Formats: sequence, C-alpha cells, structure tokens
Amino acid sequence: MKNNSFVTIRSLSLLGQRGTFGKTVCDLAEKNDLIWAMTADQGAGAAVYRFKEKFPDRFLNFGISEQNAIGVCSGLANEGYIPFVAFQSVFTSMRCADQVRVMMSYMKLPVKLVGIFSGLTQGDCGPTHYALQDLALFRSMENIVVLSPSDAFQTEKCVQKAAEIKTPVYLRLGGAINTPIIYKEDFDFEIGKAITLREGTDVAVIATGTMVYNALKAAEKLEGNGISVKIVDMHTIKPLDIEAVKAACSVKLLVTVEEHSVHGGLGGAVAEALALEAKRPPHLIIGVSGDYPHAASYPYLLEQAGLTPEQIALKIQKTYEEICK
Amino acid sequence: MNKIKEKLLISVARQIRSDIIDMTYRAGRNGAHIGGSLSMCEILATLYLGVMKIDPENPLDENRDRFVLSKGHGALALYCALKQAGFLTQEDLDAFKKDGSDFWTHPRFIPKKELEFASGSLGMGLSLGAGTALALKRKGLKCRVYVYIGDGECDEGSVWEAASFVSHHKLNNITVIIDENKLQLDAPTKEIVNKDNLSQRWESFGFDIVHVNGHDVSDLMAAFSHRSDKPIAIIAQTVKGKGVSFIENNPAYHMNTLNAEQYKIAKSEQEGK
Repeated sequence: MKNNSFVTIRSLSLLGQRGTFGKTVCDLAEKNDLIWAMTADQGAGAAVYRFKEKFPDRFLNFGISEQNAIGVCSGLANEGYIPFVAFQSVFTSMRCADQVRVMMSYMKLPVKLVGIFSGLTQGDCGPTHYALQDLALFRSMENIVVLSPSDAFQTEKCVQKAAEIKTPVYLRLGGAINTPIIYKEDFDFEIGKAITLREGTDVAVIATGTMVYNALKAAEKLEGNGISVKIVDMHTIKPLDIEAVKAACSVKLLVTVEEHSVHGGLGGAVAEALALEAKRPPHLIIGVSGDYPHAASYPYLLEQAGLTPEQIALKIQKTYEEICK
Repeated sequence: MNKIKEKLLISVARQIRSDIIDMTYRAGRNGAHIGGSLSMCEILATLYLGVMKIDPENPLDENRDRFVLSKGHGALALYCALKQAGFLTQEDLDAFKKDGSDFWTHPRFIPKKELEFASGSLGMGLSLGAGTALALKRKGLKCRVYVYIGDGECDEGSVWEAASFVSHHKLNNITVIIDENKLQLDAPTKEIVNKDNLSQRWESFGFDIVHVNGHDVSDLMAAFSHRSDKPIAIIAQTVKGKGVSFIENNPAYHMNTLNAEQYKIAKSEQEGK
C-alpha cells in the first residue's frame, strides 16, 4: 500500500476484512490482467461487485456450486491465471474439501481460496454456517499456504502476497465490519514470519485472526494484575513460524487463542511444533470447544465460547496462578 | 474418412487393447481396471491419432487441444494411447504398477507427458475442463477441450454443477465424451441408480448431443467433427471389457487380474481382428 496514512488504514478497518479483500483484489487487477475475482453466490459478502463492474471478463459467479468453483478456478490457474475465489469459510473447507485436496494440495494448482465469515461471525445462521474446522482441514493439506490476518490492513497485505506467490493459498477472513485496528502504521509483512506485538516475560500468547485484538486487550488486563504478557500475531498458520513459537517458550505459560475449534487449529499447530522440545512451558489452548452453540448474535456467541478479552484474561490468570502455586 | 485413416485408427485401437491386456497380465496380483479401459480403445485411438492437435515434441504448446480424463481409473487405456501418440514409451508401460513408477491406477499430474490433470476422485474433470476452456476463450485460442467421463461417474453431483456452468457460459469449445458402458463397480448402472435417461439429462443441461457407437472409428471421427454453438456431449455406446469374451459386460472385471490361461485366451481373441 502506497498511501498508508492512518486515514487509509481507518477506512480499511471500516470496510472490515471482506471489504478490504474486495478493494485490494480490484486494486491488484488494475495492474495485473491475470487476476480474476470470483464467488459462489456471495457477491456482496465477498465484496466483489466492484470487481465485477470493472473487470467483467475476469469475474465469475458460480452460484451455489462450490465444488465446481474450485475445479474451474484450478483450470484457470493451470492456464496461468491468478484466480481468487471467495465464499463462506465453512463451505470452502467442507463442501469442496476433496476438490481442494486433489487440485490445490495434490496438484498444487495456485488457486487463492478466500474463506469469508470464518469462526462464529455468521452466528445468526447457526451451526451450519460456523467455520470452526477450516484451519484444521487446510493445515493438514500439504502445499497450501494458510493465512489468517488479524485486521483489515494486514488483510490487504495478505491479498497482495497471495497474488505474488505461485502457490495455492487459503485466506481466512472474519465477517465483521468496522473492525479493530491492530496496525496503526505501515509494517513489514512476510508470509510465515509472525509479528510480536508486545513483549512480556510471564505469559506468551500466540493468537491469530480476530483473536489477536482480544488477546491484546486481555494482556492489558493481565498487566494490570501484575502478569507480564507477550503477544504474537500468528498471521500465517502454515508454514508456521516455528522460530517464533520457540522464542515464545521462555515464559511460565504458553497460550494460543483462536476463533476456531480447539482441535487442530493454531493450538494444534503450536503443540505439534513443540512436541519434541524437552523444555517448554505448559500450553493453554483457547478456542471453541464443546457442542455446537445454537444460533445467536456474534458477540453473544463469542461470550458463550469464552472468547471475550475478559474471559481470555480470566482463563489465562487462573491457569497461570495454578502453575505458579 | 478415408480408408487409410480408418485402417490406421482400427490398428491403433487394436494395439491399445493388446497393450491393456499385456499390462493387466504383467500387473499380476495388483490387477488393473481392465473392463473400463477396454471400453475406451477406439475412442482414445480416434482422439489421439485422428482428432486432437497435439505434439509430443512440443507437449505444452499453448495451442494444443486439451484432454481431461475425468474417469481416472481409465488411466491404463490412456497410458496405452499415449504410447501410440508418442508421449509415453514402452518402458513407461512396462513400469505400470511397479514401485517407483509414475504410472499406476490413476493418472498423476504430468502435463509434459500429456497427463493434463491428476484424477481418480470422480466427478472433477468437467470443472477442470471448464476452467481450461474458459481460459482458452479468454486467450483467444481456438483449441478444444475434451473431457472423458464414465456413465457411472455421472452419479456424482459435481458433474452436474459443472455441466450447468459449461452450458451457462456457452463453452462450445468443450466436447464431453460419456462412455456409456452401462456397468459400474458394483453392478449394472441401471440397478444402482438408473441412467437410462443419460442422454436426455445432458441435453436438458444445454448440451448438443451426438450419439455414437464408441467402438466404430468412422462413427467416432464423424462425431468428433461435429461443431455447435453449444457445448457438445458425445454419448458413446460402449461395451465394458470390449474385445475379450469373458470380460465383456462382466462386472467382476471392473478391476481384476488375468492369470496365464486367461491371458492366453484374451490375446488369442485379438488375433485377426
């Protein structure tokens, strides 16, 4: 981004991650006529209508046919195009998982798959629309880069990088608009290189996506209670920044936070990375667990899942105090 | 079609069939998908030696026609056809189902060897072909995309997602070949999920339908020369196991082995054809 003034960052945050995706892919397509943007009946959700108007020949709406979407995009990618295709995370990961596995993972066809409304953001639609397994699924598929940006500005950088690299990408986006700003000024962004947002000596929290902001807020509360907290923004789930994970181990408690199942996501990735380490702190995995919560508003569901900053702080403090006994 | 070309294609199909039998026998206890591969000999011979613009000296030429084997378990027949077309060697065929070889039950993704896409998980080829065909149109290339689909494979919902897309986007540079051999792994297709109306289904999805005897190279050449403003679906009537008496229409040979005695019979039946 050239014009990286705070005003621009603020306007991206108003758009949220989905709107930022739509804007960025449009900006990229101005300069690169290989870029396509597509959706599966999620034109508004994926914010691709402006793209459709400007580049009708490089836009497709597949309708409600996610399996076909992956196949067609893979065919386009194989012919040298750079296809971005965005629809709900829950369907990118579940409805067409076999196509993603065969075409993007096995054949390495560089489709840029964008999952919108990840986690619990489509709370009003209920459990059929929660995307809580996508990281687990895509993380287990070789050759796919898995990105999970924490704010709108970082989303812009993810989209730019995704267009640059020649590999398949899964980009996990939240659903909210007017989202918190993590990065108030320009910053270096590299795939696979985590960003330490805050140093601390007692607890290290590795967070991803929407939970980076909540973790930062939780850290402020913990700091007030005399617990020094390091915060790492793990925007790339695969390849995981193992060095950053190891560097976060010189504390009494390691914590991961994600708006995803506690099974197989960021928590699983970090635990796997540390499995052979003889000296490592206990690891508290915070995420969504238990039965599918019934449909409700997004803030209510986050609270049900124990993912508000207050709840995160409380869980960390309780676990930390038990360890220090 | 002139008689010389017809003779050539018949001879190529015969060689493909003979190689399929040899490779199945040599695969020993591994066995091979011989039944469905024997359905394909004349169709692949016609496509590779009579129809498609392809060049083994320039395998990635942008102007080449693209072939997508959606029915991945037909790879055995495809390997044999690719030997005839000059993309694979006898050594490649000899390595079939040997550890370390590229050539097993389903095709790997080796574009340089004219294996345009990997397949094996059914119902994916038409979507890949559709993306390819759309890309070719956008690039202004006049080449065609051929997608080979099994009739059993038409059980997959994703085939019809793709068919709707192809038709909606008027991808008339696609020719789909439906290999209607009327058997799938477990039993005759009509016993599993009836497909008597397969042709009507493709027609109702907006395809121009061409019916063809899938074992008659003249018929096939005529079918492949058909052009339309719609995408084309060639419904090829075939016999699963065609050319080997004890395999023809026998569901037990979707995937099976040949012992020495069976091999001898199968080979003897190829003589004089």
